[in-house]
Amino acid sequence: MGHIKGLKCRECSREYPVAPIYVCEFCFGPLEVSYDYKSISKAISRKKIEQRPQNLWRYREFLPIDGEPQVGLSSGYTPLLKADNLAKAIGATELYIKDDTVVHPTLSFKDRVVAIALTKAKEFGFDTVACASTGNLAHSVSAQGAKAGFKRFIFIPASLETSKITASLVFEPNLIAIDGNYDEVNRLCSEVANKYKWAFVNINIRPFYAEGSKTLGFEIIEQLGWKAPDNVVVPCASGSLLTKIWKSFKEFKDTGIIKELHTKVFAAQATGCSPIVAAIKNGTDIIRPVKPDTIAKSLAIGNPADGFYATQVVKETEGYGEDVSDQEIIDSIKLLAKTEGIFAETAGGVTLAATIKLIEKGKIKPDESIVICITGNGLKTQEALQGHTISPHYIKPSLASFEEALKNIKG
Amino acid sequence: MPVKVRIPTPLQRLTQGKEEVESIQGTIIAVVNDLDKNFPGIAERISENGKIRRFVNIYLNDEDIRFMNNEETVAKDGDEISIVPAIAGGAIRRTL
Repeated sequence: MGHIKGLKCRECSREYPVAPIYVCEFCFGPLEVSYDYKSISKAISRKKIEQRPQNLWRYREFLPIDGEPQVGLSSGYTPLLKADNLAKAIGATELYIKDDTVVHPTLSFKDRVVAIALTKAKEFGFDTVACASTGNLAHSVSAQGAKAGFKRFIFIPASLETSKITASLVFEPNLIAIDGNYDEVNRLCSEVANKYKWAFVNINIRPFYAEGSKTLGFEIIEQLGWKAPDNVVVPCASGSLLTKIWKSFKEFKDTGIIKELHTKVFAAQATGCSPIVAAIKNGTDIIRPVKPDTIAKSLAIGNPADGFYATQVVKETEGYGEDVSDQEIIDSIKLLAKTEGIFAETAGGVTLAATIKLIEKGKIKPDESIVICITGNGLKTQEALQGHTISPHYIKPSLASFEEALKNIKG
Repeated sequence: MPVKVRIPTPLQRLTQGKEEVESIQGTIIAVVNDLDKNFPGIAERISENGKIRRFVNIYLNDEDIRFMNNEETVAKDGDEISIVPAIAGGAIRRTL
């Protein structure tokens, strides 16, 4: 049932067979999955998709597997919420939140990519999966790997916050806490990946893993009634999610699932780590690496692997990019919570704050449809809000004390 | 003392298995072209039209040349250059 043709270098177009490889032997460019779109067009229709269970595998023809889905059978198909309260607050008219704070099982969009990566790892015959991560990816590989019966090695910097370590440890992976910073963890992982025959989801399985992000884009189009939005705002770390959302929109167009596509794609980053947005604003496609300094840690990649491709998508679609301060991130997390009842992680604050600026600057027209991608749950990054929330009303256990407090409460 | 250049594993086939080779001093791109004289084919792998390929990181004494003058950054005798293929999704990496 697979529709994969093979792997292809994004830089020099050299072709490779389907295998757990990720980099072009010649020019070191990243490898990407290529498909036979003619056969996909024949195999798929809106009706067929609609009849399938509500999870990310309903778009399976566009995903790089050969057999049946094996992991993440309840992942994906998160709500697309019409956000009227928020729209009013920020001067938009038709605003939607793609709410990936509630992806099953670990509450971030990483559950999408890990579902595909682990299914592919099974197809390749691996018994061990691994990743280097400081947060969402570690949680997802730990959890989904447990259910799928893999041995799991999760590499983290030993200095991580206790709450983040606990959220991985509960699944009992082999958690390797390294006496070093995140760069050193990454470097060690690339050496481990060379030596041990394991499926490193974001290294040797990356071409397949990254394709999982497309499901977020497919869902947006289906949930809008088989229509692409006028504007979509996407948070950028490596830039992969942004390029894959655009790829998903184009694939639906190219295979006849939708007829029209005029979406503008916008990139959102924190000012303390904005190499992609800086390139967009400077009108260049040269990504200058930075040393990250932001509370949006899940977006803090100073040397983004897909940054160049993200700038190309923004240029091609006539979108733009915006970067925001830590204070703006916090304010936007609170605004989203107050208006729509959604608690987003710091990356979600980045995306909303950038959207507000893009509307203010006229880059996004307020009378057009806007989709904001919220990619992770705020319960995971609560420390970012410490000292920035309102306080409880402390009272004695008596009605009198309650009514005394009530005098100070306005509404 | 010439410029020392550390060669990553995927390119050691071109350097007869050597992990470290030597070059004349000069701009990064001049170093790359000098390497190519002794190890034909290496320049094509890491550069294109006088520019370092997008997915190759070059460090001069442990600092990314993109924080300096890119291809025009000058390496002097005694300096050490590391050539490191960027690995998709990774953060800044110092050595391999």
